[in-house]
Amino acid sequence: MRRAILLACICTLAALPLLNMLPTDNPLHVSDFIITIVGKWLCYAILALSIDLAWGYAGILSLGHGAFFALGGYAIGMHLMRLIGPRGVYGHPILPDFMVFLGYTELPWFWWGFQSFPFAMAMALAVPGLLAFVVGYLAFRSRITGVYLSILTQALTYALMLAFFRNDMGFGGNNGFTDFKELLGFSLNTSSARMGLFYASLLALVVALALCANIVGSKLGRVLVAVRDGESRARFLGYDTLQHKLFIFVLSAMLAGLAGALYVPQVGIINPGEFSPGNSIEAVVWVAFGGRGTLVGAILGAFSVNALKTWLTSVAPDLWLFVLGAIFVAVTLLLPRGLIGLLEGRRK
Amino acid sequence: MAQPSFETLLPRLGESFGATAEAAEAMGAMGDPRALPLLRALNDNRLGRTADGRLVIDGRDALTGEAAPSPAELLRINNRVRVALRGAMGRLAIVSPDAAERAAAAEAVFRTRSAENVPLLEAALAREALPDIRARLELALGASRLISNDPAGQRAGVAALAQAGTADARNLLLEVRASRTELAAEIDQAIAAIDGKLAFRRAAETLFQGLSLGSVLLLAALGLAITFGVMGVINMAHGEMVMLGAYTTFVVQEALRSTGMAAWSLPLSVPAAFVVTAAIGVALERGLIRHLYGRPLETLLLTFGIGMMIQQSVRLVFGAQNREVLSPAWMQGSLLLPGGIAVTQNRLWIIFFALAVLVAVMAAIRFTRFGLQMRAVVQNRRIAATMGIRTGRVDAATFAVGSGIAGIAGVALSQIDNVSPNLGTGYIIDSFMVVVFGGVGSLLGTLVGAMTLGLTNKLLEPYAGAVLAKVAVLVGIMIFIQRRPKGLFALKGRAAE
Repeated sequence: MRRAILLACICTLAALPLLNMLPTDNPLHVSDFIITIVGKWLCYAILALSIDLAWGYAGILSLGHGAFFALGGYAIGMHLMRLIGPRGVYGHPILPDFMVFLGYTELPWFWWGFQSFPFAMAMALAVPGLLAFVVGYLAFRSRITGVYLSILTQALTYALMLAFFRNDMGFGGNNGFTDFKELLGFSLNTSSARMGLFYASLLALVVALALCANIVGSKLGRVLVAVRDGESRARFLGYDTLQHKLFIFVLSAMLAGLAGALYVPQVGIINPGEFSPGNSIEAVVWVAFGGRGTLVGAILGAFSVNALKTWLTSVAPDLWLFVLGAIFVAVTLLLPRGLIGLLEGRRK
Repeated sequence: MAQPSFETLLPRLGESFGATAEAAEAMGAMGDPRALPLLRALNDNRLGRTADGRLVIDGRDALTGEAAPSPAELLRINNRVRVALRGAMGRLAIVSPDAAERAAAAEAVFRTRSAENVPLLEAALAREALPDIRARLELALGASRLISNDPAGQRAGVAALAQAGTADARNLLLEVRASRTELAAEIDQAIAAIDGKLAFRRAAETLFQGLSLGSVLLLAALGLAITFGVMGVINMAHGEMVMLGAYTTFVVQEALRSTGMAAWSLPLSVPAAFVVTAAIGVALERGLIRHLYGRPLETLLLTFGIGMMIQQSVRLVFGAQNREVLSPAWMQGSLLLPGGIAVTQNRLWIIFFALAVLVAVMAAIRFTRFGLQMRAVVQNRRIAATMGIRTGRVDAATFAVGSGIAGIAGVALSQIDNVSPNLGTGYIIDSFMVVVFGGVGSLLGTLVGAMTLGLTNKLLEPYAGAVLAKVAVLVGIMIFIQRRPKGLFALKGRAAE
């Protein structure tokens, strides 16, 4: 039953771009706007999945997953900037516009290699993974758990935001990267590129879901739940909780990086605002709203909260933050198991 | 040339153009403040002389101010006199009754330094009472003596400049060093002395800025330390409480604007902000947060959502733009400490205020009944409950105090930061860092943590820039937590787990 619903959802999503190709007067026609929006939500869903994997299953509430998402976005953004080549405003064959503007004469070393797509994608996964490894190792080793870890990760994304706002970091400062032209030979503002990115995101989401389902269903997943519910007990039973937590944290960060890498070409911009602590905590609420500890719940949460946000910010923009705040309150006080809990509770 | 007295010069005014000009120049060099209104009147064609030889301005005796009985003939001036007057008036401004004019004149004399100004400056110094202007005059005198041809005067000039110890004095000494080879050794010594003074002053100012930032962090973190330390509640809406405190200050200011109490609006804001935010705190704790005890992560999300709603409400009510909160007169401007260290008054007040709040809170916890109950609940909630302490009530009161202190912090912040709906967001992460660094549950730790963070930030700033200093501090804390996961002042024994 569950499997059938999931499959139906995936098929519906997969059909959206095809409906987009119908003539505009057809009642089933789906606008470009919807395709772009749903494409974004698919990336958010991957981010939600990554948070759920760490929080829902291993009890690691990271308030800094937005940082991994943004780092993945920056990695692909660097690739997209390199591809602009001489088409920039200043027409420099190699340097992006902002570097010419800031008086760079040659490409900084950390930009080397980003002209290659496979390298950029690898970095979009490796950089968040490495950061998560270092932070996770330091934190888990000294047994920083619960709210302490949450605050620490929040400080991490805050520090990164401040750092990326600086012009001399070599990442475009305040303005970040934008004005992208093409990816893998496709011009980004064509509908075929939009479709390609949409399907890539959908595929990534399905693969990520399958991967996560596999992990949480395995013995590893059970140990993680044990760590979540009683870390000391799991440790006394002989499990190396540090290794388990570190593994899941790094994997989760890489998933978030992947989501960011898929997100940036679709929205066409990445700037330090993506690191803002508010973004990370909002993503946590998607998971809580959908139902943490259930993979489908995280995805459901990402879709439903963002659908509500898109609708409400166009109808009554002043109300959105009240509603979001109310979602925080409702989820913690009334719906501890989220939408999924509500649905399952009713079915029983 | 024999030194003419002021009185002997008076009759020469109006004798002839040449005599008038000479008399004006002589008066300018003497630095007698009585000359200034005379020369100004002469320049404006208002100075007259009666038949019996008295000088008159606008029908009144120029020296005594009595009504002059007989008609006066206005003294005439030509361009030569005008030039002499301009020079003399410029130099005489140094003895003007207006302090700001004197300060500006002393500055001007320092810039245009000339040996001729020495007697003028000596006269002005003998009369000057304000320490700030005296310092400027001494600097100008030192500079003028250095230019003069009198070797003893030059030495005195070098000494005076070394004493003044400003960057201007240092530049002047460097300038003169090439042409006064016989003084080179003394000048080098003076420059070294000035460098030492400047370094000391810079260090003192950095220290002050660090203490100021530390006291702001202390105020912001104090309430957090109480709620976090006592109840284990992470209040992410704490920054919004601070913001509400700042807006309360604004509302009190507007309410008292046209009344006689306007000057008292800031002191009155302190209790007002405490009451407003404490009331909101109690409502939050009793209405929502208490349902989530023992689930800190959920509390964190809940309070974040509440903070979001508070922020948006304020944005809708007061608008997104900054609101202006005025500083009372006694908090404006800056204070010159001995050694030439300039400190801004409002930041100085905030340091004292923060310490006063800390002492008050510590005393309340140490000596009051509520404080005793609070400590009992921190040590062991269940046993405290069996002893008859109503832990729910203690929780509510604790949360009220924590929120109220956040409101008070908002009053202080309204003096140095923009009062806008996202005022609190900038402080919340730093405040958490202070609490974690200092050790949860220890107010002393909060003090040490806040000051350490403030000082480290300001010490690093000149080398790394403001943003990198902040990043470095955050990274430093992450590494520090490796060594001491429970913070600087960890609770020991059973209370720790």
